[in-house]
Amino acid sequence: MAKIHSVLVGKAVRHVARLRGGSGSALPGLVVEKIDKKFVENSLKKLPRGVVIISGTNGKTTTTKIVVELLESQGLKVFTNKTGSNFSRGIAAALLADMNARGNLKADIAVLEMDEAHGVRFAEQIQPRYSLLLNVMRDQLDRFGEIDHTARLLQRIAESTTYGVIVNRDDPRLSNENFLKDIDADIYSYGVSSELINQFPSDDDMRTLSMEKREKLFERDDTCLKTISGKTATISYGGKTEKVSLKLGGIYNVLNAVGAIALCRQILGKNMDEKKMLKTLSKITPAFGRGEDIMVNGKTCQIILVKNPSGFRLGLKSFKPDGVSTMIAINDNYADGRDMSWLWDVDFDSLKENGVCEISGSRAYDMALRLQYDEVNFTHVDTNLSRSLKSFLSAEPDKPKRIYCTYTAMLEVRKQLGKIAEVKELG
Amino acid sequence: MSKKTLTILHLYPKDMNIYGDYGNVLVLKRRAEWHGYEVKVIDYNPGDDFPEKFDILVGGGGQDSGQDRVQSDLQKIGPKLKTMANKGAPMLVVCGLYQLFGKFFQTQTGHVIKGVGILDIETFAESERLIGNIVTKSHEFGEIIGYENHSGKTYIGNITNLGKVIKGAGNNGKIDKTEGARYKNVIGTYMHGSLLPKNPKIADWMISKAATNKYGTFDKAKIDDGIAKLAREHASKRPR
Repeated sequence: MAKIHSVLVGKAVRHVARLRGGSGSALPGLVVEKIDKKFVENSLKKLPRGVVIISGTNGKTTTTKIVVELLESQGLKVFTNKTGSNFSRGIAAALLADMNARGNLKADIAVLEMDEAHGVRFAEQIQPRYSLLLNVMRDQLDRFGEIDHTARLLQRIAESTTYGVIVNRDDPRLSNENFLKDIDADIYSYGVSSELINQFPSDDDMRTLSMEKREKLFERDDTCLKTISGKTATISYGGKTEKVSLKLGGIYNVLNAVGAIALCRQILGKNMDEKKMLKTLSKITPAFGRGEDIMVNGKTCQIILVKNPSGFRLGLKSFKPDGVSTMIAINDNYADGRDMSWLWDVDFDSLKENGVCEISGSRAYDMALRLQYDEVNFTHVDTNLSRSLKSFLSAEPDKPKRIYCTYTAMLEVRKQLGKIAEVKELG
Repeated sequence: MSKKTLTILHLYPKDMNIYGDYGNVLVLKRRAEWHGYEVKVIDYNPGDDFPEKFDILVGGGGQDSGQDRVQSDLQKIGPKLKTMANKGAPMLVVCGLYQLFGKFFQTQTGHVIKGVGILDIETFAESERLIGNIVTKSHEFGEIIGYENHSGKTYIGNITNLGKVIKGAGNNGKIDKTEGARYKNVIGTYMHGSLLPKNPKIADWMISKAATNKYGTFDKAKIDDGIAKLAREHASKRPR
């Protein structure tokens, strides 16, 4: 049981931090963990349906959002780290916010998004019942070193999982015997049909197993994205095929939804009300900045987070540039990754015909240079993001807008848009 | 009269491509085209037939698994690469292939991987990774701007370095403040970012060597490098 006094102190710190105008995210968690080292562990261990971890390079935030909403549609009360704060103290702070003063968390299950490095430490400490592993792509190499290393981190999360591990069978680093061999929990898979596989560019130095071999590797229950046309998807599982119309744009968001279904099916088993689940799925909107639409001056402004080559390539492939005014904002803060090499692994040919209206961010000129070598025209470059955004919004007032941006650029874009339009608050 | 052609050999694009190495190939291809040459790019992967002729070679960095996969093939084509290097073919090898163009690479467990010995360098794996923005200075190319991410520490023998480190770690951290190595027209370096887009002088130097080797002259066109200049200015001011 969490000590009551640590909860009280934590709550008090949270209150003071909020009064001082901070978001109250990390500080109270830090304080409570100082007083009670096992605060997070003990609080989560009491949950009747345990802990679920969602990890991988791309799609954690969107997938976590979908899983939470699907489980809620089934009447479960879900605790989650909405702000995507990976750190133990971020989770401690979220726990504090949701607890009563006696340290009781009113939740049935915790669904937590974790990056690979934090996920390992957390999984080894807490032992999640389920983990959902999305993909291993090149990202933040300056932080983790190499992708093979990142795959090993995910493997350790899987090995610490007690009931079930749900794996994207189309990811070559996850769907191989070596990765799966020491997992004690049951293994389930999700992925796309062979007709759709070419729509998912993967990082290239991988020797992919054929579809047939991968199907053998996962003889257990599979959840599959069969077809997609516009925003209508057909998804098959447990011997049947269902058609759903979605609000989620971008094929990768739809695949994340399929992973979420695969996970929820295992958590709920026979008790899942499929009708309710599918109805909820059709209403889910993308997470902030992940294909999110914001209305600005009567026109849609779509925000697409790009963090790594595969994500950027998928984004360019999923959203057609015709009739849309495009902006790209590339920052190189710590959370974005400092190395700009990744831009050279993205092919920008699809933007050639329409060109790019605005380029911004601390590395705007690296981006402009990249476009120059793909012979893509651009109109305006400015490293100052708020000035650049203004120029972008007024340049082609009749067209809907689309902004590809790195993580910190996305936060800044949303903040600036919040001054002139209605933007949902984070978390 | 038909256009003059240059052929770029991209060494191991499947396995050694981790740090935007394609950027170097693309920049050489486009700039050579802008200078008026017709350009052919050949991808060479382990087991392929090694092309009889090429004018420029580019090779990149890989993960340990990628390096394992190219290792035996590299030994096989090593003598051919050495002959080409001695004849003055311009080559750019970055990170992993920089190390393997040297004498050897010693892993942390003491295992020695033989290199092809074109560059007189020796590399030792260490646990500390040298990561961040880097600026060096070379007599020939001026300031070179890039990004490094390597755990191998390289010591150069009786050849010149590519540049002196102004900001960053370079070949081996603080020990000798050198970065990269040169032999004839071969450049080995840890700098990516990618290297050539923000350092067009090096790209044009490689193209001019290739053109001169093949045709005796280099027909230089005027290319507007205004964006590259601004990208260099902004990059050199960014934190490590």
